[in-house]
Amino acid sequence: MIPANSGLAAASNLALPAKLVKVGGVVASLLLTFIGLTAITFTIGRVMPADPVLAIVGDRASQEVYDQVFLQLGLDKPIYIQYFKYLGQLLQGDLGTSVMTGQPVADDILRFFPATLELATVATLLGVFVGIPMGVLAAVNQGRWIDHVVRIIGLIGYSAPIFWLGMIAILIFYFKLDWVAGPGRLDVFYDSIVDPVSGILILDAALAGEWEIFHNAISHLILPSSILGTFALAYIARMTRSFMLDQLSQEYILTARVKGIPEWQVIWGHAFRNVLVQLITIIGLTYASLLEGSVLTETIFSWPGIGLYITNSLFNNDMNAVLGGTIVVGICFVGINMLSDLLYKLVDPRVR
Amino acid sequence: MPTATLRGWLLAEVPESKSQARCQRLFIGWLAFKRNPVAVIGLLIITSLVVVAMLAPWLTAGDALEPDLANRLRPPGSEHWFGTDELGRDILDRIIWGSRITLYIVGLVSIIVVPIGLLIGVVAGYIGGWVDTVLMRLTDIFLAFPRLILAMALVAALGPGLENAVLAIALTTWSPFARIARAEALTIRSSDFILAARMQGVSTAGILARHVAPLCMSSVIVRLTLDMAGIILTAAGLGFLGLGAQPPTPEWGAMISLGRQYLIDQWWVPTMPGIAILVVSLGFNLLGDGLRDVFDPKSGG
Repeated sequence: MIPANSGLAAASNLALPAKLVKVGGVVASLLLTFIGLTAITFTIGRVMPADPVLAIVGDRASQEVYDQVFLQLGLDKPIYIQYFKYLGQLLQGDLGTSVMTGQPVADDILRFFPATLELATVATLLGVFVGIPMGVLAAVNQGRWIDHVVRIIGLIGYSAPIFWLGMIAILIFYFKLDWVAGPGRLDVFYDSIVDPVSGILILDAALAGEWEIFHNAISHLILPSSILGTFALAYIARMTRSFMLDQLSQEYILTARVKGIPEWQVIWGHAFRNVLVQLITIIGLTYASLLEGSVLTETIFSWPGIGLYITNSLFNNDMNAVLGGTIVVGICFVGINMLSDLLYKLVDPRVR
Repeated sequence: MPTATLRGWLLAEVPESKSQARCQRLFIGWLAFKRNPVAVIGLLIITSLVVVAMLAPWLTAGDALEPDLANRLRPPGSEHWFGTDELGRDILDRIIWGSRITLYIVGLVSIIVVPIGLLIGVVAGYIGGWVDTVLMRLTDIFLAFPRLILAMALVAALGPGLENAVLAIALTTWSPFARIARAEALTIRSSDFILAARMQGVSTAGILARHVAPLCMSSVIVRLTLDMAGIILTAAGLGFLGLGAQPPTPEWGAMISLGRQYLIDQWWVPTMPGIAILVVSLGFNLLGDGLRDVFDPKSGG
């Protein structure tokens, strides 16, 4: 018969390999997702267009360029070999060359990405720090006027087309009231003064001690990030309210109240702690979706981020740039989702 | 009195059959729904959208496509309630015809998306193991594709148009449903009543269809109504970028795009279609909120 404590010993011996297996699992699923992602972009870029060469070089290209690209893409080879070649290039960080800028797409994206990161991060923070208190307040006062006000604000934020809201905001706050700076990240005469260390302007300006530029950058950032943040705020407030109502109707809350625990502690200490667990996924999803949702905002505000880059490339028929941008945004999306999933698993014992 | 007996049948303390129990549930749900003014407003908005779309030929003067250059950019007034656009077309007429396009888009997308998402999510969450891993990787891949950008890339490859836009939106919309259904199934599968059903010998398919899926429906309904607005907004965004419905189709996003250059001096041209989008997606959201309160068996009722 096996003594009871040998099982324990075996478990602790197994701990390290088990952890390795877990990490291996995460790496394997990341790889799988990556393969899936590239399979879809490959399909969109090389299989779906009637003539992928034409889609890349455009119809103004000479026959020589056309033939060169035809061979470069390996279109004379079977399709799975084409895919593996494409995958190999991607793994080396080669996203092809942009027809529009003449630069490698990867370099272009590195230059454009920080602007999007800045916009989406500020917008998400806005959503978290305004949306969560709003949602909790609404749930606690369910059915009263404050609940209805929060709900309606949230619903309007959630329902308004972001590009339209951005246009109206520019009309009111820039053209009519002149409270904020207009489109773009900086006024023209501040351009290229600060070294792009991180590419995130407010950070770079603050690091360089250029406070005038810092203020200008903030003034440019306020409107687009609030517009983008409206969506985050509405979504987070709505989900917080809904999760919170779920928790408040549970019996452990009744128990806590019967025990005489102060109401604020019941709300923030008991109910909200469980809501926070569920909110991790929601905030992760929101952040990831804002990274891509910035496409329309960037178009309206001429914000030189990855969304504007993709849109402009699209209109110039620059397929390499469009698909490169799509892959990069997709990888960020997967990464953020996986991270929030991992966090969720770490804190919620029910799904461990 | 027949209505009294019907009401009595619907509110009987002890239902005599399954169908009576179901009707009762619907009726009690309706009574609860009626008490929620916000939800009733949502229902009114969506009902009027449907009515307006059906009656479009009788509500408008023509097909809202013919230019009338003598009446360009007229401000809102008694003759043109919402003003006229850069080609002199009545904006209200165009919005009315555009409601048909909006309904077409949301209807088509939800018919494709809900069954696929529910099936994949419930199976993955309940069965678990490698099935879960495979299905969720698949879901993540599609979730990983930001809706708007995938739609843009797809449209770049296929060419702009309403059908391609709908296809692209559907391809990226089913995955959140799968994730939500899986999350629900994960917490449901370790419940005692599932164990009880299994011990009674109910098959996996039976458990999924009769016990797991119905409990996922409330979240799915909330998500669908949330997504109705999202679908409308994505389609409008594609139209705005010039990738969805093409001019002169009175699609609301495309109308905003054409009106953008008149924003400063003729504000009504891009503003009116935007309000139409706002009202309709607001209507879906209000309705969704109301449905949630009614159909969510976990939140009282």
